[in-house]
Amino acid sequence: MSEFLQHLVNMLVLGGTYALLGIGLTLIFGIMNVVNFTHGVLYTFGAYIMFIVVQQLGLNFFLALPVAVLAGWLLGAAIELTLLRPLRGSDIDTTMLVMIGAWIAMQSGTLWIWGGVAKSVATPFPEAPLVLGPVSVSWLRLFVLAAAAMLILVTYLLINKTSLGRAMRATFQDHDTASLMGVNVDMIYTSTFAIGSSLAAAAGALLGPVYVIFPQMGDLAAVKAFAIVILGGLGNITGAVIGGFILALAEELGAGYVSSGYRDAMGFVIIIAVLIFRPTGLFARAERVG
Amino acid sequence: MTRALGLVGTIALATALFGGTAGAQTIKIGVNEPLTGAFAASGTYVVNGAKIAADEINAKGGILGKKIELVIEDNKSNPTEAAAVAEKLITSDKVPVLMGAWGSSLTLAVMPKLMEYETPMVVETSSSGKITTTGNPFIFRISPPSAVEAAAFKGIVDKLALKKVDFLVINNDWGRGTAEDFSKMMKDKGIAIGLVETMDQGAQDMSAQLSKIKSSDSETVIVTTAVDQLTLIFKQAAALGLKKRIITTGGSQNPDQIIAQAGAAANGTMHLTTFLPWFPDKTPNPEATNYFITEWKKRGFEFAGCTESFRGYDGIRTAAAAIEKAGKAEPAAIKAALWNINIKGLNGDIVFRKSGPEGKESGQSQPNVYLIEISDGKVEMKTL
Repeated sequence: MSEFLQHLVNMLVLGGTYALLGIGLTLIFGIMNVVNFTHGVLYTFGAYIMFIVVQQLGLNFFLALPVAVLAGWLLGAAIELTLLRPLRGSDIDTTMLVMIGAWIAMQSGTLWIWGGVAKSVATPFPEAPLVLGPVSVSWLRLFVLAAAAMLILVTYLLINKTSLGRAMRATFQDHDTASLMGVNVDMIYTSTFAIGSSLAAAAGALLGPVYVIFPQMGDLAAVKAFAIVILGGLGNITGAVIGGFILALAEELGAGYVSSGYRDAMGFVIIIAVLIFRPTGLFARAERVG
Repeated sequence: MTRALGLVGTIALATALFGGTAGAQTIKIGVNEPLTGAFAASGTYVVNGAKIAADEINAKGGILGKKIELVIEDNKSNPTEAAAVAEKLITSDKVPVLMGAWGSSLTLAVMPKLMEYETPMVVETSSSGKITTTGNPFIFRISPPSAVEAAAFKGIVDKLALKKVDFLVINNDWGRGTAEDFSKMMKDKGIAIGLVETMDQGAQDMSAQLSKIKSSDSETVIVTTAVDQLTLIFKQAAALGLKKRIITTGGSQNPDQIIAQAGAAANGTMHLTTFLPWFPDKTPNPEATNYFITEWKKRGFEFAGCTESFRGYDGIRTAAAAIEKAGKAEPAAIKAALWNINIKGLNGDIVFRKSGPEGKESGQSQPNVYLIEISDGKVEMKTL
């Protein structure tokens, strides 16, 4: 029983970060309909910003987080302005190829600048874990969970309760009509991509110190992010959050009670099942097609 | 304009040809190591050790009157890439001998290429038994197979009073091979084997495996993986409140890095290593060990890397000794000469003995294995 409780605690902590990864991508992939292969690199980028600010500049850990979010926002805006804006209106394949190119170029860039050897970031949290009866969890992971929950809430409110969010939803529902209603669609495209990117960078900045930081760290993260978005339904923020927790639960229980060798496969078994039985995602609302 | 372009082409071609001739003034040794991916830290250490050996040899005038040149390629911690890199080094760079490929799965992927192109390779790190038992006569290994590690560990299991052990190993030929060899040895000793958990080489979160091990009834965990994953395991085990004795194998632990990154969580852990940079006087070749460590520090590398980098140093010295003995930089001659070398490695004499099926034996030298314990943030040697 205590093992099961520990698995549940691990699931909560892991699921929070998966959810954060998922919502950033669901904005870009789900709402903008851009298959964003740079999501993983932006995650890596956020982690390296953390490394620069904390380890190389010697500044405060908590200051480094907003710096990483801002840097991710700026890099995302730059990608949208230089790569996606000229391609607006081209087919999804062309955009996808350009994004793959950007992914490879940026990943090689991180390798070139920082080398392939993993880096770690010191944190201000105590080494001794928080012990609650049979379960135990590190303070850093608790902080990451809290920060992820806050970022998810802010994003949810931004999309659903602000005029920017309304303009975003309108733009991606019907680009021309939104434009006729006075929405600055160019600005909306750039900000949506920038917000999604800053969420990826935030996830990297939060998880980099938990694990280690290296140029390919974003690859597995990106694969999981795509899986979460598909699980939750494209563009569905609540779905991405629940999808993140489902993936974490599948991995934890799969590794704990089935076989740890197939841990990373568990999530994908669920994805295949979802795609067969509920191809629009577990939480997709009914919508008119065509 | 066309003519001008033609001229440029001719000059470029001539330069390339001259460049080719100049290249023949050196003797090339191919180095196939993971410089990116899951084993980047380890591979980089090995390459830095290899460079020290090459510089040392070249400073003394090289071999056969020529300087040696390391052709270093990154196998990305990926078996497919490791095989491609070997092919590139042999066919395009024309190296007569290789060193590589760090991980067992990487080395196993390279092995068919060695057969195909009849080029020998010095294996510096890999520990899977399969490497020297499947009948590949181009393999010359200076690192201990996991069965040798297990045999060395056998002497101390009574002293440690092991009763039941769990395993947490990397899910590849190295980790699974270690779990197999150690389980066999321990069963013979009457020690019960509990869980055998695996983790993907790129996995960063081992909490699920560790939670499972935490609630098992064994008192010891044997962990096999490289340094980056090990530090994560130590941190995560501490976060989960795992209180079992941890013993690591494989010689890629870099204990100083574990002390630095895992802090108090590292105390009481034991590690099977293949080099003793902390106690140069206790190594088989103190003079060379001191030289190597001094040179390593002079280059500004982290001391923690010594436990890995010495293999690159020994590997290149092994290849160079064979080239010298062969009298020419040709694969067949080097392969024959590897059987006749006897050099003083940092971890014992490097002399190859036959291993594997008759007629197509691989070479295996018999390096030392040591057990160290971390206590109060310091490395202590245990007698095996």
